Amino acid sequence: MLKIKDLNVSINGKKILKGFNLEVNAGEVHAIMGPNGSGKSTLASVIAGRDIFTVDSGEVTYMGKNLLDMPPDERAKEGLFLGFQYPVEIPGVSMINFMRTAINEKRKHYGLEPLTGMEFMKLMEEKKKIVEIQSKLTNRSVNEGFSGGEKKKNEIFQMAFLEPKLAILDETDSGLDIDALKVVANGVNALKKPDNASVVITHYQRLLDYIVPDFVHVLYDGRIVKSGSKELAIELEEKGYEWIKKEAGINEKAESTE
Amino acid sequence: MKELFIEIYNKNKELINANSNEYLRLLRSNAINIFKENGIPSNKTENWRHADIEKRLKHDYYFDFKSKSTSMNVEEIFKCDVYDLDTFSVTMLNGWFVYKNAPITQLEDGTIIGGLSKAIEVYPDIVEKYLGSAADMNKAGLVALNTAFLQDGLFIYVPDNVEVSKPVQIINIVNSEEKLFLQPRHLVVLGKNSKLTLVHCDHSLVHNINFSNTVSEVFVGENAMFENYKVQNIGDNSSLLTNLFIQQKNGSKVSNNALILNGGFTKNYVDVSINGKNCHADLYGLYLVDDKQFADNQVFVKHAEPESTSNQLYKGILDDMAKGVFSGKVLVNKDAQKTQAYQNNNNILLTDDAKIYTQPHLEIYADDVKCSHGATVGQLDPDALFYLHSRGLCEKTARQLLMYAFASEIVNEISIPALRETINIMVEKRLRGELSICDQCLLHCNDKETAVFNIDLNKI
Ligand SMILES: Nc1ncnc2c1ncn2[C@@H]1O[C@H](COP(=O)(O)OP(=O)(O)O)[C@@H](O)[C@H]1O
Ligand SMILES: [Mg+2]
Repeated sequence: MLKIKDLNVSINGKKILKGFNLEVNAGEVHAIMGPNGSGKSTLASVIAGRDIFTVDSGEVTYMGKNLLDMPPDERAKEGLFLGFQYPVEIPGVSMINFMRTAINEKRKHYGLEPLTGMEFMKLMEEKKKIVEIQSKLTNRSVNEGFSGGEKKKNEIFQMAFLEPKLAILDETDSGLDIDALKVVANGVNALKKPDNASVVITHYQRLLDYIVPDFVHVLYDGRIVKSGSKELAIELEEKGYEWIKKEAGINEKAESTE
Repeated sequence: MKELFIEIYNKNKELINANSNEYLRLLRSNAINIFKENGIPSNKTENWRHADIEKRLKHDYYFDFKSKSTSMNVEEIFKCDVYDLDTFSVTMLNGWFVYKNAPITQLEDGTIIGGLSKAIEVYPDIVEKYLGSAADMNKAGLVALNTAFLQDGLFIYVPDNVEVSKPVQIINIVNSEEKLFLQPRHLVVLGKNSKLTLVHCDHSLVHNINFSNTVSEVFVGENAMFENYKVQNIGDNSSLLTNLFIQQKNGSKVSNNALILNGGFTKNYVDVSINGKNCHADLYGLYLVDDKQFADNQVFVKHAEPESTSNQLYKGILDDMAKGVFSGKVLVNKDAQKTQAYQNNNNILLTDDAKIYTQPHLEIYADDVKCSHGATVGQLDPDALFYLHSRGLCEKTARQLLMYAFASEIVNEISIPALRETINIMVEKRLRGELSICDQCLLHCNDKETAVFNIDLNKI
């Protein structure tokens, strides 16, 4: 479904992703872990099409198409979804107007008629239940004045609403209490279908108690330094990232004096 | 330029002063003398630096002193169907008040609505008490010129304790083969504890060059409420200069909302004198301009008495080579303690060639006050744009949604639901790049395809 080959990405001349490889097949759940600044959010942004990053080399194919050639809105319409680490507040744009526009643009892409007001409201109600999101959140401007937890829930709500084929969730679990965490996990699990896939970027092993990943990857300094099964996450939680660095043969000191 | 106006005045003195009483004649001759002194505002002065009025004035304009107030079936030429907007509708055609039945009407509640020229005849006491007393002819602008040529306009008098049940809508239509120069003059008086909402629509039916120099004076009595909306939707060849003077007494509330949706040259001057305690004034404005259009809002709020509040919020979106000006001034006199005055101007420039000159300004002589001012000029938030793209909204849709969100803060301040809805739709259309005509308005001001209604003024 998603194939990333030797991806090199920089911003303002600073190299962030350095030979990144990943293959995600339908039906799989991948977890990407790694210390702060290792390039997790950059990876997510590049997949979603953020143009502030420069792809220096490498290939990304999504459902057989060259993803890097597609504008971000087309990627979304083709079933890609990014759950933002820092969801953006958009004063004056109501959630309702936003979602209605999004779903109808997507339907147009597939040659479908726009949803009627009734159909749309019904769908909203249905999806709200999945993420236990309160009505008041959907009646407000996008993320405006939302608490950290509300913003994350809202990302999951949008995901549930847009029914993506491939969801990339960037630290959707950070800053959440256990109840909110379960809501997020439920949202991801509800989406799980044989022809869908998700990539869950997380800092903690905690989320993986609720979302069982098929693969865990450790991202360090712009590339995957170790991949394994769910047990890798537990090991990371216990031992921290130091042993990974050693194992990967990365000499921190040498690099910083470079 | 100045000499030309004086020459026109002298040539037409008889016509201008025909059927006028002593008071009016004096007012006019005084005004022409002030105009002779002050002339046309120079672009070397602060408030006119960016407004190229000379260029707008240099056409060979036609002045119509003959038509006078006329009776006609206004609905034949104009029908405003802002859905559910139930209003008392009055019309000005080419600067003259036109009426269906009577030139001046007294409603059951005592409210008087009619043409100013008729009001001077029928209610000289009221008119002479107020006319000319708020509009400072020495303030920059063409207030003196308007006063010297004063002919007709809207007159409303709301007695004490009367809340006028429906908004009064005044529709200003310009429709002429000539390059008309018009100078409507409006007078609105609100008694104690009264309430009035005015919706002022400027339409120019023709694509001819024309110039409107409007002066309005509004007197808001104790604890009265005055709401004013201006929907300015004129053609690129039209120039619109408005001068609004408002005087507030104790406990009164004023809200003014100027919505510039299209227009070659629009300059609004709003002058509010808060001469009472516990007053509040909200001054809002929205300007959506593109091409080579020009929108200028100049606001002056004077706090003369303690414990009143004022709030200015103007927002603009400028595209192409459009130019905008916001110049807001708050003056707090020495005695006006506990004044709260806020001022804000936010702009979005869509191109490198679009320009905004913004100048919020506070002048404070009292020590116990809360005042703030701020101005922002920016582009659409790239993070917000990307967020919308990432949900499948294309570039165009995402931009429109953000622009609409930006504008909606002003539109949402419209308290009449039907008007708010219509303005919402007009703003949305405008931002989609379509012309923002009211669907139901037969005038279709900006619609080049629609035939111009040929009204021969000599026949009516
Ligand atoms: N917009 C940006 N401008 C400059 N540097 C950036 C930008 N975004 C990320 N970086 C840098 O790229 C590196 C990786 O960041 P990020 O992808 O956010 O890491 P992570 O999500 O793993 O914490 C960091 O060193 C960060 O400072
Ligand atoms: Mg991150």
